[in-house]
Amino acid sequence: MKAVLSGDMPRSVPLTLILGVILVCLALAPFLFPGVRTVDTAARICIFVVLVASYDLLLGYGGIVSFAHTMFFGIGAYGVALASTHMGRGFDALLVGSVAGAGVAAALALVIGLFSLRVRAIFFAMITLAVASAVAVLVSQLSGLTGGEDGLTFQTPRALGPAFKFGDELFGVKLNGKLLAYYLIFLGSLILFLLMLRVVNSPFGRVLQAIRENDFRAEAIGYRVVHYRVAATCLSAAVAALAGSLYAIWLRYVGPDTALSMEIMIDILLMVVIGGMGTMYGAVIGATLLVIAQNYLQNLMGVASGVVDGLPVLPELLSADRWLLWLGVLFILSVYFFPTGVVGRLRARK
Amino acid sequence: MTPPILATEDLTVRFGGHVAVDAVTCAFRAGELTAIVGPNGAGKTTYFNLISGQIPASAGRVLLRGRNISGQSVSHRTRAGIGRAFQLTNLFPNLSVLENVRLVVQAKAGQGFNLLSMASRHAELTDAAEGILARVRLLDNRDQVVSELSHGNQRKLEVALLIALDPDVYMFDEPTAGMSVDEAPVVLELIAALKEQKDRTVLLVEHKMDVIRTLADRIIVLHNGALAADGPPAEVMASDVVQEAYMGRELEDV
Ligand SMILES: Nc1ncnc2c1ncn2[C@@H]1O[C@H](COP(=O)(O)OP(=O)(O)O)[C@@H](O)[C@H]1O
Ligand SMILES: [Mg+2]
Repeated sequence: MKAVLSGDMPRSVPLTLILGVILVCLALAPFLFPGVRTVDTAARICIFVVLVASYDLLLGYGGIVSFAHTMFFGIGAYGVALASTHMGRGFDALLVGSVAGAGVAAALALVIGLFSLRVRAIFFAMITLAVASAVAVLVSQLSGLTGGEDGLTFQTPRALGPAFKFGDELFGVKLNGKLLAYYLIFLGSLILFLLMLRVVNSPFGRVLQAIRENDFRAEAIGYRVVHYRVAATCLSAAVAALAGSLYAIWLRYVGPDTALSMEIMIDILLMVVIGGMGTMYGAVIGATLLVIAQNYLQNLMGVASGVVDGLPVLPELLSADRWLLWLGVLFILSVYFFPTGVVGRLRARK
Repeated sequence: MTPPILATEDLTVRFGGHVAVDAVTCAFRAGELTAIVGPNGAGKTTYFNLISGQIPASAGRVLLRGRNISGQSVSHRTRAGIGRAFQLTNLFPNLSVLENVRLVVQAKAGQGFNLLSMASRHAELTDAAEGILARVRLLDNRDQVVSELSHGNQRKLEVALLIALDPDVYMFDEPTAGMSVDEAPVVLELIAALKEQKDRTVLLVEHKMDVIRTLADRIIVLHNGALAADGPPAEVMASDVVQEAYMGRELEDV
């Protein structure tokens, strides 16, 4: 257990319990919460955990602010979509698309990093913003290749589709390809998350923390700070791309809104801050909370506004259209009361 | 005589119109402990910054084992054998005392790009770091977060990082400043031990005369950034420039 978690234990009883519950719920989601919508939410949580963890490697451990994380996510997603479109459906296309996506993402991160991390961290943030915007424009312009604003719908292997049956029913759940697809997403995400956890607890991870704390001294004890920052950027980009590949496999669709939009970047930032920067487990908590809030807050508010129907002002405030406002309020409150995130807060209580 | 391990040639830096280090030419040999003295603002720390690479020189060169290293980065110079302890404590404040030292040991072991093993399982790194902590009497504080450490202990840790680095050229910038009378001797003993080792070069910025008298093989005096005197302690201390400018005041009363 210690080796699986790379010696980075949750170090708090409530945190252990919460993480345990999340793990069990995700592992058994198709059985505990059968339903297209709930399983879709669970898959989204898995993927965002990886995406946010890879961002935390950069921000929380490396102290590097990037606005291009969604772009790397999108590169992985488009990689799978393009490979599946041009090679035909099949696991080989998924593999080629994922590996190529991760490779392109890492290479692009290398170029951006070498170009800008030498100068100043803030310069890197600006460059990533510029490159991400440029790529988003490019993707919508190159509609011949990328499908433009409409995106690409493609087919994944038959074994991952609802039409594929490999048994009858288990606990009332149909044993079909969609179930297999969910477990592919779940296991892929779990492995990637544990990999990230290992990296931040490796000697390399310690150097990143040292650089975040005091890059001047890190350099003076012999570490080439720029090389470490660039390496972290590449690794984080590659993992983000793999998360994007999983997302595309799950949706069997990729488009600018699902894989490249600035909204996703904002979601990632919210998740990493709410969960707790520099903790990895914060990614799990932040992604779970926010994905659930995004999926169900609107419904909940719809119900609530129905209940208070007839009273003044309240139905207006609780109308489902105001859910973003309430998400913003929640965010401000959580940052105010838990500046170190949920994980930091739980660990500090002891 | 052995060739110098470190030398500066006409080393100069200007900040705007102010010349902080002024054409300093000086060579340092292995086994030699040189005290660098001069009043506050004389350019001692800046001279160190030029040698270890934190600041680029406006003119002149830094030679390590005869090779010009003037254009090289701080980390390159560190790996080449120039180590530095800072006058203003410069640590990793939110990491533990042990982790601070272990980072240095790990850098020396070339393990920085090891991504897939668990840092906590590298017993050889931990053992080496604990050995260093024992030598500076900080082993009891090993798990404390640095920002919670007393000022004196932070100063000790500053020295510990340099000892862990074990470079060929040690540069100490007022290592005992801010330490209590019972903390300073530990550090001075460590510096004396380096001198005993005979193969290390030590540059020591220090104000306390008794310390200089017992440790230094040689004194150089910086005055307004320029080299004002250079020679054996007795000679330099007796010289007019030192008698007039420093012996009476700064050196004694700091
Ligand atoms: N980065 C800098 N920019 C401008 N002036 C500096 C800088 N660093 C040092 N100085 C100036 O150079 C002079 C020498 O400073 P310093 O080397 O710290 O002296 P010392 O260590 O001998 O007390 C001082 O006048 C100081 O103000
Ligand atoms: Mg000084």
